[in-house]
Amino acid sequence: MQIGLFVPCYVDAVFPEVGVATYKLLKYLGVNVDYPMKQTCCGQPMANAGFEQKAVPLAAHFEDIFQGYDYVVAPSASCAAFVKLNYPRLLEGKHACQTSDKMMDVCEFLHDVLKVEKLPGVFPHKVSIHNSCHGVRELHLSSPSELNIPRFSKIRDLLSLVEGVTVVEPERIDECCGFGGMFSIEEPEVSVQMGTEKLDSHIATGAEYITGPDSSCLMHLQGIARRQNKPIEFIHVVQILAAGL
Amino acid sequence: MSTKHTKAASAFLLNKSRAQFLNQSIWYVREKRDKVAMQLAEWEELRELSSSIKCHTVTHLDTYLEQFASQAETNGVIVHWAKDANEHNKIVYDILQQHGAKKLVKSKSMLTEECHLNNYLINKGIDVVETDLGERILQLMQVAPSHIVMPAIHLKRQQVGKLFEDKLGSEPGNSDPTYLTRVARLHLRNEFMTADAGLTGANFGVAATGDVVVCTNEGNADMSTSLPPLHIVSMGIEKVIPDYRSLAVFTRLLARSATGQPSTTYTSHFRKARPGCEMHIVLVDNGRSDILANPQHWETLKCLRCGACMNTCPVYRRSGGYSYTYFIPGPIGINLGMLRSPRAYSDNVSACSLCCSCDNVCPAKINLSEQIYSWRQGLDAIHKADPMKKIISSGLKYLYGHPTLYYMGLKYAPLINRLPRNILYNRLNAWGKGRELPTFARKSFSEMWKKGIVR
Repeated sequence: MQIGLFVPCYVDAVFPEVGVATYKLLKYLGVNVDYPMKQTCCGQPMANAGFEQKAVPLAAHFEDIFQGYDYVVAPSASCAAFVKLNYPRLLEGKHACQTSDKMMDVCEFLHDVLKVEKLPGVFPHKVSIHNSCHGVRELHLSSPSELNIPRFSKIRDLLSLVEGVTVVEPERIDECCGFGGMFSIEEPEVSVQMGTEKLDSHIATGAEYITGPDSSCLMHLQGIARRQNKPIEFIHVVQILAAGL
Repeated sequence: MSTKHTKAASAFLLNKSRAQFLNQSIWYVREKRDKVAMQLAEWEELRELSSSIKCHTVTHLDTYLEQFASQAETNGVIVHWAKDANEHNKIVYDILQQHGAKKLVKSKSMLTEECHLNNYLINKGIDVVETDLGERILQLMQVAPSHIVMPAIHLKRQQVGKLFEDKLGSEPGNSDPTYLTRVARLHLRNEFMTADAGLTGANFGVAATGDVVVCTNEGNADMSTSLPPLHIVSMGIEKVIPDYRSLAVFTRLLARSATGQPSTTYTSHFRKARPGCEMHIVLVDNGRSDILANPQHWETLKCLRCGACMNTCPVYRRSGGYSYTYFIPGPIGINLGMLRSPRAYSDNVSACSLCCSCDNVCPAKINLSEQIYSWRQGLDAIHKADPMKKIISSGLKYLYGHPTLYYMGLKYAPLINRLPRNILYNRLNAWGKGRELPTFARKSFSEMWKKGIVR
């Protein structure tokens, strides 16, 4: 099994340690991981902003780079969801589309494909899970709070494999944090208000860290926490899962 | 450039306590909805059924409308067809005139809001009295509803107390809810007794029987129709459903989705006029046929007008109904406004973080967020796209389309971290309004990979 690792643009630039943790963890689990060069962005930022046509060449480029792998794995639920759900439509009649079926968020991949049952790390901290919208409602990493379906959380399942970690979740368990890509700059006041409340509800759990499968939400929350001098740390789920590697 | 929604939301949020009050009040309704939804094991099945029945009915509207109209006529009801708001208003006025009616009591109807019926009739000398408590409060204040099911949810009881003091002569300083309700009841009782005609909306029109079904909690639709000799129903053509079996699906979903009640206090069926009285149904198109012909947006016709999408919407809860420029706010309102006129109502399309929660609460499973996404794609063509977002999108497309340039960007990005604060946090930096910028890593992942550091 050959995996193509996709490290989305903003993870590459701002959170490279998340890419490193993903690579190390996959390697540790015996997966054959490749990181193809010249990858950049999936195109979601412009598409959600209303310019999806500008994402088409990026989608085609993404296809060219990643189509040969068995799975494409990314440490970013929202980017994975975008490729999975939108590429078939974006590329229709323009380019073959194979990556939609192969694309997976790393948590989904660890849980559903590798079915990881043991991890070596220790992380003796209390963490609050940030259930990001696209992770929950598009990739089904956990059961959306609106639906009457059996409750599950793949993130919780994975974190429970790490020794010492205490996992909590905030009130309004999967309400949006207000990032929303360029929503954050088009509606900055509403976005910051949503983020402030989300941040406070995470802090109210008594957690030391906010963790989640989307560094984009975490980046937004971190920006608010820094501005308001609120004492909480941020860490991607995969960094906890890769603890000690 | 900010949209009108952005500006209005920003102004709304300045009053922190009011903003928090609205968010909490409406979230409470979402929680009530969750609670009752989780009590029904078949909840998701019901939503699926509801969606299928609505899909079936709106795609066979001709058949069901004819059946509905002919059943109603068999029952002795007089049926009218209105192609738009003007025709609707004219028909209603003509009926009132034929009966010499001077005072009209109304139960809640979003369709008459859509048609601006009240102003039309008032300008012609009709005394129009809203009888839903929330609607009556707003009518006395001369403002529009801020929510389609809980129209006065944004008000506090003290404001209502003050209003009643001024308009209805209630005790000064008394804002006890029971007292205020009693004042409203007495006031409305008199209006019901002296009305010449009653108008109701329609939650459902049952094709098999010709029944008009109206769901209320206050019984005001029943009062509006039981006392005056004339009953007029304003009904959108998409409100028709096949039969009682399908009605049973919707009545189980409607109140649970809307307010978290198992059912509304009153689910009233109006089939024919009382002896010696008259009943009219005005079936209104007003753009609905065009929606049906719209391949991307026809599913909005499945809407039950329960308001669940507003209650769950994190943007609606933090900006309030008045921040939207269309009379229906929230996710469904963004879509219906764009269907009314993209040029007139594009300002609401920014009011969505694409969190998709509305899709999950909708009892008719309308793909609300997908539709908002799709409206965004069309804004540039009508020159309504945000110029800043367009510049950024074009810039990103260029940068990400040229990996060499992208790598160079990554290399120099950390320099941004060291720029002076007054340069970074300028007025063009919308991110910086309430957030610190992220810190670029000294070495990007791709650079570490190239150098063989990642192992």
